[in-house]
Amino acid sequence: MSLDPGIWLAALLTLGIFSFLYRDNPAYKVCEAIFVGVSAGYWFVSLFWQNIWPKLVLNLRDAAGLLFGHGVWDPRWLYLFAGILGLMMLMRLLPKGGWISRWPLAFIVGTTAGLYMITYLQSNAISQVHDTLVPLAGPGSGRLLFLPLPFAVHWNALFVFAGTFTGLVYFFFSVEHKRLAGGTARVGILFLMVTFGASFGYTVMSRMSLLIGRMDFLFGQWLGLAR
Amino acid sequence: MSLLDRVLKLDRRWIFLLVALAVTVPLFLRIEQKIEVTPESRGIVRALEALPPGARVLLACDYDPGSAAELQPMTAAFLKYALSRGLRVVVMGLWPQGPMQADLALQEALAHPAVAALAPRYGVDYINLGFQSGNEIVIQRMGSSVPAAFPRDARGRPIEEFPIMSGVRDFGAFGYVFSISAGYPGTVEWVQFAGDRFHAAIGSGTTAVSAPLYYTYFPRQVTGVLGGMKGAAEFETLTGFAGKGTAFMLSQSFAHIVVVLFVVAGNAAFFLARRRRAATPPEVTP
Repeated sequence: MSLDPGIWLAALLTLGIFSFLYRDNPAYKVCEAIFVGVSAGYWFVSLFWQNIWPKLVLNLRDAAGLLFGHGVWDPRWLYLFAGILGLMMLMRLLPKGGWISRWPLAFIVGTTAGLYMITYLQSNAISQVHDTLVPLAGPGSGRLLFLPLPFAVHWNALFVFAGTFTGLVYFFFSVEHKRLAGGTARVGILFLMVTFGASFGYTVMSRMSLLIGRMDFLFGQWLGLAR
Repeated sequence: MSLLDRVLKLDRRWIFLLVALAVTVPLFLRIEQKIEVTPESRGIVRALEALPPGARVLLACDYDPGSAAELQPMTAAFLKYALSRGLRVVVMGLWPQGPMQADLALQEALAHPAVAALAPRYGVDYINLGFQSGNEIVIQRMGSSVPAAFPRDARGRPIEEFPIMSGVRDFGAFGYVFSISAGYPGTVEWVQFAGDRFHAAIGSGTTAVSAPLYYTYFPRQVTGVLGGMKGAAEFETLTGFAGKGTAFMLSQSFAHIVVVLFVVAGNAAFFLARRRRAATPPEVTP
């Protein structure tokens, strides 16, 4: 069993959170409040010392030193612009000054959209379309299970293409989902359901991993019982 | 009360208890589970194998303790493998706690006999550049100047002091970029900016929740994907550095069996109850 007070505190807080699984109780509420408070405090301190202090305060201090000490203008004065935008964002806390925060917000939305417009389109649209279509023409197998075919087919790529196409048909609402369109859309639903099932399976694995991590901590690091 | 009614009215705390047992009991068992390796994991090892000793790899630890159960085994295994092969590892993080997690993994890796035998030195064979705020903008900046994005290491010393950073200008200095990612910023941003824009070779280690999203990048935009704890176990199997990823897979399997059984039982009970309701004649009110 660990003699480290930090391990003990973490173990007791873990048990306090787990106690909610039985029923809501004061111990859980205390642990939850501690978690929320510590998280908020951590992020506040972290953001101050890793963003505001080094990037705003220190840069402006150095820029001011250069300007007033040596008469040299330094491009780091631009951080003042970012600082002003940050202050404008806080104006939303004022009852009558809320509209001021829309300006920095517009700046953020505009720069983000500009930054992402090409990169996102390239990485998550054009490249995906490329990878869905191009392999169809590549080398593949000339067999269907055990039967030889007179031509080569890249089955995996064909499957991906069929899933993409039928899935898109399902979301194409300009045509009534009847007859051919309806049948294709139904196949698309099947692909979507398999996709959601795979995502659910991975989510279960992810959550179980977190539980395993906590159990390993309790029975391993804290109690020293597990391997 | 029939069995069907019992199943339908089962207190969910019994499920919690069974899942807890399924996860905990295997931690005490000494059963080895065979790990099937997927092409997505093999792709990462192949890319690393192709690098000559002395090549630099960039390890981006973009996660926090909340995802450590899944991602820490990956980080540790990656560091053990890379350092034991004589690769030079540059660690950084776009999440504040990422480099701290990397430090823990480095301690574990440096204590491994295969790594300790080579006695890697800080600043020469590996370095931790720490956290830099700015999310994807940091990656963008690294594409033109790594020293501008990371002028100092995690301990606050200028990076010019370290031989490992000598001649590092942009992503061209790195033979491989491995993004261990728990969300934003993470693998998506590394693929978009470092991979597709600056043509860096990228590998992704990610939480299982994110894995289905990142598989779409394989094999052209990323050379491989390690999805969750299973991905870590696969990497450990391939590299021979068995660690917690492999050890925890038995718990993972037991838990999945319990979940699948309850999904089947729940569905069976639902359909049986629906059939029973349909067979029951409606009450006629006078």
